[in-house]
Amino acid sequence: MSALPEKFQTWFAERGWSIHPHQRDMLDRAADPATLLIAPTGGGKTLAGFLPTLLELSQYRRDTDAIHTLYISPLKALAADIKRNLMTPISEMDLPIRVEDRTGDTPASRKRRQRAAPPDILLTTPESLALLTSYEDAPRMFAGLERVVIDEIHALADSKRGDQLMLALSRLQAMCSGLRRVGLSATVEDPDSIAKFLARHPDPCHILTADPEPDPDISMLDISDATPPWAGGGAGYAIPAVLEEIKRHKTTLIFHNTRAQAEIFFHNLWLANDEALPIGIHHGSLDRSQRERVEAAMTRGELRAIVCTGSLDLGIDWGDVDLVIQVGAPKNVKRLVQRIGRANHRYNAPSKALLVPANRFEVIECQAALEAVQAHDLDGETRGPGPLDVLCQHILIAACAGPFDAETLFNEVRTAGPYATLSRAEFDDCLTFCATGGYALRAYDQWQRLKQDADGLWHLRDPRSARLIRMNIGTIQDTDTLKVRMRRSRGGKPLGEIEEGFAASLTPGDTFLIGGQIVRFESLREMVVEVSRDKGRQPKIATFMGTKFATSTQLSQRILRLLDQSDWPELPSHTRDWIALQNSVSQLPKNRRLLIESFPHEGREHTCVYGFAGRNAQQTLGLILTKRMEELGLAPLGFVSTDYATLIWGLEPLTDPGPLFDPDALRDGLDQWLAGNALMKRTFRASATIAGLIQRNTPQARKSGRQATFSSDILYETLAKYDPDHLLLRITRHEAMRGLIDFGRIEQMLTRIDGRIDLRRLDRVTPFAAPLFLEAGRTPIEGAAQERLLAEETARLMEVAGLTEQGLQSPGPQGKQTP
Amino acid sequence: MNGHSFTLAGADLIALASGALFWPAQSLLCVSDLHLGKSERRARLGEPPLPPYETRDTLARLEVDLKTSRATTVICLGDSFDDSAAAQALSEEEKLWIAAMQAGRRWVWIEGNHDPGPVELGGTHLAELPLPPITFRHIAQPGQSGEISGHYHPKVTIRPRGRAITRPAFLIDSDKVILPAYGTYTGGLRSHDAALSTLMRPEALAVLTGPVPHAVPMPR
Repeated sequence: MSALPEKFQTWFAERGWSIHPHQRDMLDRAADPATLLIAPTGGGKTLAGFLPTLLELSQYRRDTDAIHTLYISPLKALAADIKRNLMTPISEMDLPIRVEDRTGDTPASRKRRQRAAPPDILLTTPESLALLTSYEDAPRMFAGLERVVIDEIHALADSKRGDQLMLALSRLQAMCSGLRRVGLSATVEDPDSIAKFLARHPDPCHILTADPEPDPDISMLDISDATPPWAGGGAGYAIPAVLEEIKRHKTTLIFHNTRAQAEIFFHNLWLANDEALPIGIHHGSLDRSQRERVEAAMTRGELRAIVCTGSLDLGIDWGDVDLVIQVGAPKNVKRLVQRIGRANHRYNAPSKALLVPANRFEVIECQAALEAVQAHDLDGETRGPGPLDVLCQHILIAACAGPFDAETLFNEVRTAGPYATLSRAEFDDCLTFCATGGYALRAYDQWQRLKQDADGLWHLRDPRSARLIRMNIGTIQDTDTLKVRMRRSRGGKPLGEIEEGFAASLTPGDTFLIGGQIVRFESLREMVVEVSRDKGRQPKIATFMGTKFATSTQLSQRILRLLDQSDWPELPSHTRDWIALQNSVSQLPKNRRLLIESFPHEGREHTCVYGFAGRNAQQTLGLILTKRMEELGLAPLGFVSTDYATLIWGLEPLTDPGPLFDPDALRDGLDQWLAGNALMKRTFRASATIAGLIQRNTPQARKSGRQATFSSDILYETLAKYDPDHLLLRITRHEAMRGLIDFGRIEQMLTRIDGRIDLRRLDRVTPFAAPLFLEAGRTPIEGAAQERLLAEETARLMEVAGLTEQGLQSPGPQGKQTP
Repeated sequence: MNGHSFTLAGADLIALASGALFWPAQSLLCVSDLHLGKSERRARLGEPPLPPYETRDTLARLEVDLKTSRATTVICLGDSFDDSAAAQALSEEEKLWIAAMQAGRRWVWIEGNHDPGPVELGGTHLAELPLPPITFRHIAQPGQSGEISGHYHPKVTIRPRGRAITRPAFLIDSDKVILPAYGTYTGGLRSHDAALSTLMRPEALAVLTGPVPHAVPMPR
């Protein structure tokens, strides 16, 4: 073990610190090709990652214009935050180290300078790094690169952003063979898979684990007095209790699962905030300047609470947070644990957290999550090999940087952990797609992008296309959003963004919430939503979504196990009574069985399927089941899904579920019918955008979102009809197993129940089904029932107009009827 | 036949659910606004591209209607091509397909605002076609009676129990019929639009296309 240089020893001593064992271990392993550090929040993780860099840069002089260490973080804000934290030791020890950040927000002038004279430490994001590797001078810029530090790697390893990052690193590694990789991760269920993801294949990767943090002090908010509602995610009932907790603590973070819920909660919190406690709101739809104001106020310790979403999930250091409140079911135990870790950012101090269920069913889910946290039972879905759409983008990026040899690029790509098992055939498919657009589109000029020269090297066919490719780098698929501004004579204040679909549903005069204020929609001009202030207290609810997470498999299992008892003393009495009532009126869902209820209600037949497969899979199940019911003549009209059940309504009752749940039939249903499914089109659109088939950004102007939707939908249908084996369709089908469609969870459910179905025919709505009637997000079915309704309605309209069926033979000038 | 029967100026006509109009007495099938070659034209003019194959889709549907109706006369009521160059740019395969459909039939191209000149495909090219008591032309003329036209791509939205269903639709009154667009890539103009509500009599009907036709008083 080498001794720490005196300068560093003094610095630690002056601050009254001693070096953590894992920071010491990182120094000892500094020469390893790859190291993964697993440490709880507040464990000096970032310093552990940077210490070897600081030491190396302080000990020997090197070429001043070379990057020594590249730091990658999933958030722009995190890069800025780390820069601040890193400057402290550097300036206090007076180290000759230049640190700069580079993100999408960095001014162009500074970006140019960074390429000419790179800093010692460059802080950036996966997208900015991918862009840097697309320049012809990338080898010069990265010459001399020694280390790369990837922060919050657990968050990146779950996403295509991480896959893209690993591909970019494979390029860097080819330029700088001695490059050493370090990953910093929060506690995860499967460190080995992250180590494999991080290291150059087949390099070894040592995993260092810091001391685990003490168990959190976590409980459910006392809701024995206030009864949560049957459905919804607002948790308005809990406002007084939450306000009390804010008063009792120094700083509270209040997490929500969606932006709309955060907005509504924040609004209601302010209406009840009689003492005018300083409370802010922070989420990804807010304008950057607004977010920065909140962040700055938080850093200065001026806020008592922040209502927020996943935008604060990752490790920006907020200092004095002493309570974390999670509103709404946590959906995922791992994320809950990471959120809880945001409280008490001091090493070895227990975090304090409260769960606030937003409705009756979430009480059960929160209880299951509490038990999971106490049992250290984290959830995680294993991810398959790296997706091919990301690889297509990578090939185009490589072509921007200069001519390449296919064999060399293939071998390079296989050194990236997620692509270690990529076959040459798959790679060639991607290359062909990049070169020609694929069989059906080969006649189209804009998709002919690569050509092979006489030496066998691949080039951009038109060098000018590099600009377009660079403009579209990245794998983040936001729903299309529009900027919202206050209406003024000259460009009013920006407030944030809303979904295009939501904007399209607004008519002038409608009110909605954004940034905690109620605004009135005035007009939509040049892709900007103009609003004015509104004095009202009741907005039309903002439906713009944050991410709608599905409850994880593990948590769903725990819920089923929790229900499978004879009494529930751990739950508040209102919820306990509700479960008992369900048990006596119908029956409770069981772990290895599938409960289906069938009952009439308000003139329609209803079928409720308790699949516990998570929101996305339940939604897909609804789509497939209604398709099958249509074929069986049950005339379904629509359905709605939650994380635990799907409720279908229609004109005929379900009496025999057997044929509906035959696994082969369900799989067939998926294949045949997903072709026309809007979710499938959305999945296609995301992959087509990443793979470069559709450009989100063009030099002319940002294409309007609706227009992009239009042509990607038609493209999808065209390919589905004329080239069903097109690479992009294969990618789309593959993606359908997870994410929005999540057919994999349906398969899991089918395996779990193995044909054991309990159909209960009842004469009215059951206690568990009742909340589904209040659920938003109903999906209508276009089929026989719709034609029946249309026939009814048109007949009614004809009758109102005094026209009989015979009368339409010849509508006379006076509307007279001819017999 | 899957259609809505009605009488115009004494002629018995059928508005087919597919969007075509059939006149049994004349064995005549009329379709409007095919906009063949739309994706080709957009690509040519550098507009945001649409995927190919829509021409085949339109022709395939027309072929089905010809088979079921056994029509001996076909009238394409204008805007059959997205522009004159689009007619020339059709693939050999598509030109042959049209020629095959024309074989043994009288085929009339009425000129539209998109395709004013004659085309090098078989058939007769006319500004309008009087076939007493009916006149076929691309754009409706106010005050005419016994007139069948297209041009506006009319569509209608019905809201049974709060659910909006929008379909291309025929607009029919005692003087005239306006046909929905038959082409695969065609938007639509709501019957509420002033251009249509001033053209049609107050008691006009709309016949929605789809799996089966549905007649309603024309929404305005």
